[in-house]
Amino acid sequence: MAESLAPIDSGLQAEEIKVTAGKRRAAALSELPDKVHTWPYLVRAEFIAGCVLILGLLIWSITIDAPMEEPANPTKTPNPSKAPWYFLGLQEMLVYFDPWFAGVVAPSLIIVGLMVIPYVDINPKGNGYYTWKERKFAMGTFLFGFLALWCVQIVIGVFFRGPGWNFFLPGAYWDPHKVVAMTNVDLPYLLGARTEIGQMLVGMALVGAYFSLIPAVWWLLRDRPWMRELGAVRYGIVSFLFFTELGIVVKMVLRWTLAVKYIMVVPNVINI
Amino acid sequence: MPDAKKPPESPSAPSKKESSLARLFTSPAWRSIFRHGYEDSPRNRVLQVSANVWLHLHPSKTRRHGIRYRHTWCAGGLTFLLYLVTVVTGVVLMFYYRPVQEYAYWDVKYLDFDVPFGFLMRNMHRWAAHGMVLFIWLHMLRVFMTGSYKPPREFNWVVGVNLLVLTLLLSFTGYLLPWDQLAIWAVTVGTNMARATPLLGHQGPFGPQLGMTARYDARSFLTAGTLVGAPTLLRFYVLHCIFIPIIASILMILHFWRIRKDGGISGPL
Ligand code: HEM
Repeated sequence: MAESLAPIDSGLQAEEIKVTAGKRRAAALSELPDKVHTWPYLVRAEFIAGCVLILGLLIWSITIDAPMEEPANPTKTPNPSKAPWYFLGLQEMLVYFDPWFAGVVAPSLIIVGLMVIPYVDINPKGNGYYTWKERKFAMGTFLFGFLALWCVQIVIGVFFRGPGWNFFLPGAYWDPHKVVAMTNVDLPYLLGARTEIGQMLVGMALVGAYFSLIPAVWWLLRDRPWMRELGAVRYGIVSFLFFTELGIVVKMVLRWTLAVKYIMVVPNVINI
Repeated sequence: MPDAKKPPESPSAPSKKESSLARLFTSPAWRSIFRHGYEDSPRNRVLQVSANVWLHLHPSKTRRHGIRYRHTWCAGGLTFLLYLVTVVTGVVLMFYYRPVQEYAYWDVKYLDFDVPFGFLMRNMHRWAAHGMVLFIWLHMLRVFMTGSYKPPREFNWVVGVNLLVLTLLLSFTGYLLPWDQLAIWAVTVGTNMARATPLLGHQGPFGPQLGMTARYDARSFLTAGTLVGAPTLLRFYVLHCIFIPIIASILMILHFWRIRKDGGISGPL
């Protein structure tokens, strides 16, 4: 592209000597046609990127062997047993949630949540270019979910988890007998509920209020134009997905600070 | 590189002065394959793309910003390239690999140590698959950050999410095939989650109430039994080599076609 800029650049230079370099470049760019020939410009760029990738892959594959351990032995369970690295974010969620959520509902919600993004994000700005300012909420929720809740959890799962899924620094001795003191309690108990039925009701109230009351109150108190435009259905979907994402963080923080095991317990049916 | 001083091509026989290369490019055989001239003219630039079945996935002209690495990171294209690498190397592996409990592990060992370039085919297949997972995430990240899922590209984003799921399933089903300790235990951990599927898993919420048992629930459907065993290996092999690649390929064709129908690479305006 540099060569296609050159003649226009020098032409302008002759005409308006006083214009600054930055303005001249902008002016030159705005006068260029919007489209360029795919051959050679795009095909060249793709070809170069492809060559670099294939070269890197070849070198990597010649120097580093794909893993191959002992033959499968169903009677010998390794400790820890790790899922493939790209699923370790979900396995890491097993620390905080029961398998029905960490292994099934959470991934399903991620998939469905991703699919509805184009239909609930009605902000017309930021279509086709990078911008943080014009879509802070969308960017913030997506990037936080992708980076903090997905990528960071994978790094923890790959490098920081050892026997018993305990936390180990990379390179540290994996003591299979490491015991971590845990005094896990359920949140309703911490809040004073002592009977089983009382705890169940408190837990359900907490979860119910979190998912419905907060968005509803927010909707009523902060009557903003964008809320009307969004409409109740989209608002409901967005807030459900958003509070689910946030809820994962809430539960993690509750675990780290108050050693909370469950927020809601319905014996033999469902625990959150 | 094309020679600027070369006289304009003519369909008639080349004159004595022309180089042998130019004669090749104007020879009837060459012209029967490539229906356009070789010299660098706007017309040929367009034909180079539109008269080539592979390249005409592209429009013959592209919006200026769309060809910049900093806009697309080339991540979608490189995901596709890695997919092609796994297809080619995967077919080579299929010549030697048998999805049978007694043979699978040793077939892979044989590939690694005895088959000429077998280790390279297996390593490339494995690492390209991991690379594909990485690049598809990068691609999704960039599509999100440029807001390229906004109208008119909503549906192509949905197609993309389906491709993401299929890519992960491809990787996951392939993980089992070497039939080593890593393979069966990773797949055991993964499929164990399905036990806890609400309603459909025998340990999930409302599962037992609906009559799910270890022999008959979401997990046994995936693993073809109560544990990861020989039937699982065969099931994952068929999914990995036939079923998922076909669906993924169809969706990729749809994805690429939609990019053009949706107005090419997204951009400001
Ligand atoms: C096998 C997986 C995939 C392949 C091979 C693929 C390939 C491509 C290619 C080659 C492009 C052209 C622009 C570019 O390279 O960035 C593209 C664009 C696009 N992809 Fe994908 N993609 C895949 C998965 C996905 C996923 C997971 C998503 C989103 C969740 C997605 C959404 C889109 C959208 C919306 C566009 C249009 C972007 C624009 O116009 O700027 N794709 N894809």
